[in-house]
Amino acid sequence: MITPPDSSPPPLRSSGEQSVGDPDRPVAGLVVDYVLGLADDALVSAQRMGWWISRAPQLEEDVALANIGLDQLGQARALLSYAGRLEGAGRTEDDLAYLRDEREFRNVWLVERAQTDFGVAMARLLLVAAWQSELYAALASSSDETLAAVGAKAVKEVAYHLDHATSWVVRLGDGTDVSHERMQAALDAEWPYLDELFRPVEGSVVDPASLRAGVLDRVTPVVAEATLVVPEVTPARGGGRQGLHTEEMGYLLAEMQHLHRSHPGVSW
Amino acid sequence: MVSRSPAWKIAADLPDPELPVVTIADLGILRDVTEDDQGRVHVQITPTYSGCPAMEAISEDVVEALLSAGYQRVDVEFVLAPAWTTDWMTEEAKAKLAAYGVAPPGPRGDGPVAVPLSVRCPQCGSLDTRESSRFGSTACKSLWVCRSCREPFDHFKAL
Repeated sequence: MITPPDSSPPPLRSSGEQSVGDPDRPVAGLVVDYVLGLADDALVSAQRMGWWISRAPQLEEDVALANIGLDQLGQARALLSYAGRLEGAGRTEDDLAYLRDEREFRNVWLVERAQTDFGVAMARLLLVAAWQSELYAALASSSDETLAAVGAKAVKEVAYHLDHATSWVVRLGDGTDVSHERMQAALDAEWPYLDELFRPVEGSVVDPASLRAGVLDRVTPVVAEATLVVPEVTPARGGGRQGLHTEEMGYLLAEMQHLHRSHPGVSW
Repeated sequence: MVSRSPAWKIAADLPDPELPVVTIADLGILRDVTEDDQGRVHVQITPTYSGCPAMEAISEDVVEALLSAGYQRVDVEFVLAPAWTTDWMTEEAKAKLAAYGVAPPGPRGDGPVAVPLSVRCPQCGSLDTRESSRFGSTACKSLWVCRSCREPFDHFKAL
């Protein structure tokens, strides 16, 4: 995997959003970036989840992962629309999803890498859903009315995602020797990316660091029940919140955005 | 319930696009309808799930029904708060769903995810059923199988 070097320049901005990129931008601009980060986490998760449709180990799983992705997409749409309103430049959810370049996306690395191994997909869903459970619950009691509404709705949905991921991680971890080994390898592969979720973000409505204990309280009992061990790994460098992404992000966006960009204004 | 405006009654009668045996009012999706004396109507609807793909179809149906009833202008607003819950579904709606072959939701309960001990088979009425997948043909349903009559069926999940 090729990752951006440490000396990467600051994220580039399209000319249409210089007000967000200005160093002396107003606080509202920071909140836009924060909301975009949460929106992009959900959007990119949904896109990765969609890859599994027709590829899951059983038909019921195709349907389950499609529905989980659809929930994430719905959360992303509400958050992108809100980011567009906060920005005040007239950009819609579609503009933000389809017309931003890679460096303008604010999602974490956890969600953007390809997940073509089912164990990896379930390990990642366990981490993402545990984090979103804590995040959306905290947003639901925040003073931002829109984020509170999105959070109160989404927290009920991600409870089902967490439940689903838990059942698979336990089933595979506490399964055969081969499934146990592969589930541990999947957890080892995803765990380094957990840390980025808890790093400080300017303009945050919920302090990311405040979610760490709650997420670990949700995940570690599942790992134990699955007869797996919590990986001792060095956190990945990350940088998604600043617009720095892994190589795989560009390929994801190419697939997600090409129709809209090739045929502007196209509709069903 | 307080008496509703004529515009409410028109919107309330519209069937849900994915479960046409129940109306959007039965499901609790239709939240509010206000009209002024200029013939302008403001409608609030709320999604069952954030990603519910039926919202746009419902919105179009509401606009079309009210315009063809003679209203001059119809605005549809999507509201997220308070978050929709299956507890808003009327008893009548639950009975219609069961007759349609979809096991209706039970009470929401206290846990993070409602796990019913058993769901009554809408085909034969047996309680000897098992869940085959927590996610069904739409986000709001799970997939069950009846051990008595062997028929698979959808269950509307408590949310």
